[in-house]
Amino acid sequence: MSMMLHRFANPTRFLRIATVVQPWMAGLTIVVGGAGLYLGLFNSPADYQQGESVRMMYVHVPASWMALFVYTGMAVSAAIGLIWKHPLADLMAKSSAPIGACFTFLALFTGALWGKPMWGAWWVWDARLTSMLVLFFLYLGYMALINAFDDPSRGVRASSILLLVGVVNVPIIKFSVEWWNTLHQPASVMKLGGPSIDAAMLWPLLLMAIAYTTYYIWVLLIRVRGEIIANRVRVLRLKQVHS
Amino acid sequence: MESIIEYFAMGGYAGYVWPAYGVTAVILVIMLVASRRMLRANQAIYETLAGSEKDGTVEKKT
Amino acid sequence: MNGFITIVRRDLRLAQRQGMDYIMVVMFFVIAVVLFPFGVGPEPNILARIAAGVIWVAALLSSLLSLERLFQADYEDGSLELLVLSPVTLEIAVLAKITAHWVTTGLPLIIAAPLLGVLLNMPAEGFPMLILALALGTPSLSLIGAVGAGLILGSRRGGVLLALLILPLYIPVLIFGVSTVDAVIGGFESKAQLLILAGFLLAALPLCPWAAAAAVRQSVE
Repeated sequence: MSMMLHRFANPTRFLRIATVVQPWMAGLTIVVGGAGLYLGLFNSPADYQQGESVRMMYVHVPASWMALFVYTGMAVSAAIGLIWKHPLADLMAKSSAPIGACFTFLALFTGALWGKPMWGAWWVWDARLTSMLVLFFLYLGYMALINAFDDPSRGVRASSILLLVGVVNVPIIKFSVEWWNTLHQPASVMKLGGPSIDAAMLWPLLLMAIAYTTYYIWVLLIRVRGEIIANRVRVLRLKQVHS
Repeated sequence: MESIIEYFAMGGYAGYVWPAYGVTAVILVIMLVASRRMLRANQAIYETLAGSEKDGTVEKKT
Repeated sequence: MNGFITIVRRDLRLAQRQGMDYIMVVMFFVIAVVLFPFGVGPEPNILARIAAGVIWVAALLSSLLSLERLFQADYEDGSLELLVLSPVTLEIAVLAKITAHWVTTGLPLIIAAPLLGVLLNMPAEGFPMLILALALGTPSLSLIGAVGAGLILGSRRGGVLLALLILPLYIPVLIFGVSTVDAVIGGFESKAQLLILAGFLLAALPLCPWAAAAAVRQSVE
């Protein structure tokens, strides 16, 4: 496992691979996303209960999935960085954070827009939305910590620990919030997405999920490249100061 | 013509559906553009520094 | 074990010398709770309804205030580095400091809580459970908070940052801590909540000193 990781440990090699892969991710995002949008907005049925508003599912659900997926990926990167001291692992986590935070914000925002026609309120403290809100704070906390140190490597080390602590807490928080929600159950409960998803709705959903994932990889590669080069700038500057 | 207008009305939910898609697009595009900018800026600084080091146009402090 | 007791004693003695510090935490606890009647109105029914929640949230915020300095003073004067290098296992040393922190912060909060319950017109059945829940919950707060306190060493704006980092992690303890009290007041079973609170504590006891020690180690590298 560590052998496989070390092949990508060399930043220069990573830069080369990233530059090649990036346009493919961009292309996939546009093509698959376009197909998903077309199906979602034009070529899929409205919901029996929710009418046309169900189309918001195609931007809300992938955003929620990505919010959680990115955070988990960040935690895995942090673990790899702490255990195997892989130099790129921490950069991956750092670069993922703003993207994941965007997804979380979008999940919350589209969730509110979806909730208003369904539940009559912009915000309801249902378990899923509330857990997503806490996840948003976990992202923000990570980003705040990693930027709170003058020495960037301190920020990265501290944030990796924070990430691992956070990821252990995510299931605990989810469990607690769900439990809390059943205590204060609102009168009518409507599950976002309806009781079962029509096959015709499944395709746009999956396509959008794939498009969101390729988008994430696309932007991630851009940001990691930026971080690697920023590191080199720092090294060069230090050299110049000391020469 | 009417069916296009009807389509955009989204069965009355237009005020929710279109902003949802719209904000999603806006935020994802901004994130992409900002990340690209960050990369380009760092690349530019690096080229300046690395280039100036090679030419020796940067004074070396002894 | 010796090292543990020594460090607990040392921290307690230091806290004693800076007497005002932990009294101020209790004062903040009281003031924060007192603000709520001003905010929501003095009507007894409303206050009784929110009493458990308000007291718990105020306890969370109060414990946060004193956590910032759990490691800070030792970090600044170099004794934290000595602690890392000393023969005492760092995890044990951290647990010792957390214990001292709880004695100087959590314990006074538990003692002050019934008074605040009276101020908020909390029903009488809630009082014993409030104390029990706080007794189970505040050590968890100290333990989880210690991880945050270790992570912010050497950072800018440590205090606010600590709040941002730790408060989301406090939410499970908050949820079950309040529910324990509200359940008893409402005449329902509270055993499940108590067990869960105890479970949090039992899990935090080994895990948090480990994480906090890791945070402290990387801060003095």
